[in-house]
Amino acid sequence: MPVNVRIVQGLQEAAEILASDRGAQLLGGGTLLVRDINEGVMTDGTLLRAVDPALLAMNTGGARVELGAGVTMAMVLASRDLSYLHAAARGIGGPAVRTTATIGGNLFAATPYGDFTTALLALDAVVTLHAGFGGARVMPLEEMLANRARGGVGLVASVGFSRPAGADAFRFVKVARVRPKGVSVLSIAAHLPQNSGRISGARIAYGAMGPTPLRAKAVERVLEGRSLDASTIAAAKTAALEGTQAATDAIASEWYRREVLPVHLGRLLAGETS
Amino acid sequence: MARMPVQFRLNGSDRAVFVEPAETLLGTIRRGLGDFAPKFGCGQGTCGVCTVLVDGEPRLGCLTLSVTCEGRSIETASGLADGPTLHPLQAAFMEHFAAQCGFCTPGMLMAAKALLDRNPNPTRVEVVEAIAGNVCRCTGYEPIINAILAAAQQRGVRRA
Repeated sequence: MPVNVRIVQGLQEAAEILASDRGAQLLGGGTLLVRDINEGVMTDGTLLRAVDPALLAMNTGGARVELGAGVTMAMVLASRDLSYLHAAARGIGGPAVRTTATIGGNLFAATPYGDFTTALLALDAVVTLHAGFGGARVMPLEEMLANRARGGVGLVASVGFSRPAGADAFRFVKVARVRPKGVSVLSIAAHLPQNSGRISGARIAYGAMGPTPLRAKAVERVLEGRSLDASTIAAAKTAALEGTQAATDAIASEWYRREVLPVHLGRLLAGETS
Repeated sequence: MARMPVQFRLNGSDRAVFVEPAETLLGTIRRGLGDFAPKFGCGQGTCGVCTVLVDGEPRLGCLTLSVTCEGRSIETASGLADGPTLHPLQAAFMEHFAAQCGFCTPGMLMAAKALLDRNPNPTRVEVVEAIAGNVCRCTGYEPIINAILAAAQQRGVRRA
């Protein structure tokens, strides 16, 4: 049976179809699923295209930011309020990909893709999920990513997070061999709120250093309560690899990723990349 | 599987077609409507030869389902020239030797048009960024970048 496409109006209706039909998947921008069709990876099943306007909602002006899962990377780049996320959004494909690639789709992108999710993870984002026949519920992104590996996450309607405290409080770097567009060797996002010159509540996330984007909790512990000086950065680099599970693929070997991660983390913390 | 009706404008002409549910816009444009300007390359969103404009935005025809284009305005490189008069970008590509085998050219032209329509006076860096999703294996990119900058300059002169 070939791939079918169903257009549904409401998120709850889409969630119910996803819960009752194991062959159904939600279509975002299509940069992942249509590629699977082209390559013969997806030969049957149902693609759900939800046209609920809530998927495109953007609430970016206040301290709390909410972005619909259907918001594209181009929409992020067009928003001045989201300038701290521009580096992460610009790292997703070329312009023709960014006009269709969605935040929701990026949450489900297999490694080494999913750089925008890495940024959201460092922002301690939560996702609003519609799963099965119940209502919406909110779940930490980190928990959703852990569940993703097991399947059956449900429908992500939106992501929410607190705006970084200052322009320098959020940093992102994507390491790729081809510029300006290339698949990640790795990516690093760092949220570094400071209180009286000392880091308080640091969140560091890596992309392409595990099966999904992951938190660098050892680095976060090292940074907590310290000023961001040379000795702190050296300690963070020493702890950089703890908890990582890098893989070898066509872009880089596991060895290479492990070798360069501490270097790029050190540069990011020192403000030498942006 | 029942075919689905889709209507959109292609280079200014209203078109109505029946498509397979998972048919790509590139397939509809080429096989269904006979516009062979956009090419099929990688099918993965990597090479950009299928780039078309949907409501003025660059899109990859190979990753866009036709059923998502209902009511949209589609532009391809076939619609650039005005009769025998080439679009400034096409003329600049010729003058600056920006095409060799020509396979990437329709996608490059549409990526460049999307840029110049939005930003008539781009910097070199902005041009490089605009064609970052379009692969050329012949010219080494420099003639293409120069052609796009020259077309922008020429359009600016025409406006002045």
